[in-house]
Amino acid sequence: MSEHALNFMPSEGFRARAKDVVENPFLRQSFRGAMDFLIGKRAGQFPNPEELETLRTLGEQIRQYNLGKLPALLVQLEENLSRNGIQVHWAETPDEANAIILGICQAHSAKLMVKGKSMVSEEIELNHACEAAGIEAMESDMGEYIVQLAGEKPSHIIMPAIHKTKEEIATLFHEKVPGVDYTDNVDALIQIGRNVLREKFLVADIGLSGVNFAVAETGTLCLVENEGNGRLSTTAPPVHIAITGIEKIVEKLDHVPPLLSLLTRSATGQNISTYFNMISGPRKAGEKDGPTEVHLVLLDNGRTQAYADEQLRKTLQCIRCGACMNHCPVYTRIGGHAYGTTYPGPIGKIISPHMLGLEATATMATASTLCGACGEVCPVKIPIPDLLMRLREESFSAPHENPSMRGQGAGYSRLMTAVWQGWAAVYRSPSLYGVVTWLGSRFGWLMPSRQGPWTSVRVPLKPAPKRLRDMLRERG
Amino acid sequence: MSARDRILAKLNAAPVLPKAAPDIASWYATHRSSETTAEKVARFRTCIEFAHAEVYEVTHASWLQKLWEVLSAKEIGKLLVAPGTAHGQRAITELSQSGIECPGYDSPIEDWKAEMFHDIPASLTASRCAIAETGTLVLWPDADEPRLMSLVPPVHIVLLDAATIHNTFYEAMTAEKWKDGLPTNALLISGPSKTADIQVTLAYGAHGPKELVVLLIGEEA
Repeated sequence: MSEHALNFMPSEGFRARAKDVVENPFLRQSFRGAMDFLIGKRAGQFPNPEELETLRTLGEQIRQYNLGKLPALLVQLEENLSRNGIQVHWAETPDEANAIILGICQAHSAKLMVKGKSMVSEEIELNHACEAAGIEAMESDMGEYIVQLAGEKPSHIIMPAIHKTKEEIATLFHEKVPGVDYTDNVDALIQIGRNVLREKFLVADIGLSGVNFAVAETGTLCLVENEGNGRLSTTAPPVHIAITGIEKIVEKLDHVPPLLSLLTRSATGQNISTYFNMISGPRKAGEKDGPTEVHLVLLDNGRTQAYADEQLRKTLQCIRCGACMNHCPVYTRIGGHAYGTTYPGPIGKIISPHMLGLEATATMATASTLCGACGEVCPVKIPIPDLLMRLREESFSAPHENPSMRGQGAGYSRLMTAVWQGWAAVYRSPSLYGVVTWLGSRFGWLMPSRQGPWTSVRVPLKPAPKRLRDMLRERG
Repeated sequence: MSARDRILAKLNAAPVLPKAAPDIASWYATHRSSETTAEKVARFRTCIEFAHAEVYEVTHASWLQKLWEVLSAKEIGKLLVAPGTAHGQRAITELSQSGIECPGYDSPIEDWKAEMFHDIPASLTASRCAIAETGTLVLWPDADEPRLMSLVPPVHIVLLDAATIHNTFYEAMTAEKWKDGLPTNALLISGPSKTADIQVTLAYGAHGPKELVVLLIGEEA
């Protein structure tokens, strides 16, 4: 799975990428094993169904309340961050966000940026932008570091290198890290990563991070992590740049504990992460460490489109725990890379069309069995299956005026629409249904033996020689 | 129009009905019972030990002795302390006599960053309070006890007063009125640094401290 397989037309090549994974027993095993592990860990954290249900309801209320006040909260956040000495920047597009970040880097003549884990920085392809500008962007989350060394992209939003075995990582380190012998001992591999990256934290000019929650009333940026690389990225270098989507705001500090609890328990089955890092400003006079400058980049990138529609707005409730992908039968079988988007799995299918347009993502919402598991486990009760149905409608309905989504109708086909309209007509009329099934039972032998994708893995469909209604009539 | 104005204009144009404020207090009131200090200590210990921290119950009189024992057992001869704090001063006075070097964090990190990253095996800090439900220490770094002290040295030793343990994170932040004044960097720490990024195999000592030691100061015996 090379980087070349990924592009900005995720719908194209999806089948081929999915097929590659489905036919690879090692990858299948990696994903199945990891997802089963995470499902079990999450279940262990929620032994009481009543507690889980009421906490999810509370989480949903918190997210919906805050989205309801989003523009006012963004202004309040900006005021309080500015008062605390954190500089706020706004970007509508990935290009604008990259330009802002590179501008800050260049103002400091930066050569090295260390990065804590940030999916938004993946979303804007910051590493490429840095490379083009001659700035080394070094991932410091162990999973991200591994994926970057391999020249790949994350396959899971919480566990970026979940698709790799320890033997593959051992070979990768041996080949790419100078002076490292082959070892597939996980502790030893982690120590290799630690030692390489410590030297980077020591000399980095810029630390970049994401944000899990931005608290408007206090002007605080909160980060959730286990490794300590997030803390190092936000504390050791002289400048810290945080980047976040505009939706990750809460008004009150006391909105944080329920969301944090839902996040870590749903994501990795931990009652809390090792670190919860709450940043409310750059180094103050008299303090001996911490960055002297802190910046926050607020990114739109399609989020305002989702916000404009009451149903689609629920997409923005997401706290990025990844439970939907852990529980998704499709994700488990095809892995994160097959989707071709920064965010894979169920959440990827409902958020990516806003970022990339339906032109590029028309069929994404069809890569689902609609089993409903994603909606059931979502800690903030996003109705993901309903949103998948809505996106199918947006993709495949005939293009119309004032669409609520960019690329509406991109998957529209006159033939397919006619077939479904015919099908619906047959099923609405008992007499027409009788005629069609009678014809089917008589002329079933005319059915072709090749029936497109159906017969690629199944026997051909053939109507039965006797209809159910005929058999019932014979029985009297 | 700036990007800011365009984003805000789009958001303001959306037909949004305000939603009722979430009632967080009542959820915690019905789902998290209050406990005695002893119960909170027990729960805190269970949780943080599960996350591979070491916990020793000590008293105001005995913690330095235990600290010395811990350092000796780990063969650590150097401990970074905060000279501007009472506990830092006690450590300097008493441990130095036992042959343990106690450098103080007394100048800006720029003056000694490489030394901090390469030559400091352990550090001692206080904690502001703790959370029983998740086995979490709350650190409130300041000019005397800066942020990197609890992050860069491979062994981090923390003093915790048992009387300051709260039931929940929510209780800690509301009882102590955090919203009225957060420090530059408030921290919740619930164990030594760890990762499961390689084949979901848990490994400790990822980027932060490899070991976390809690000296839990209780009632005088």
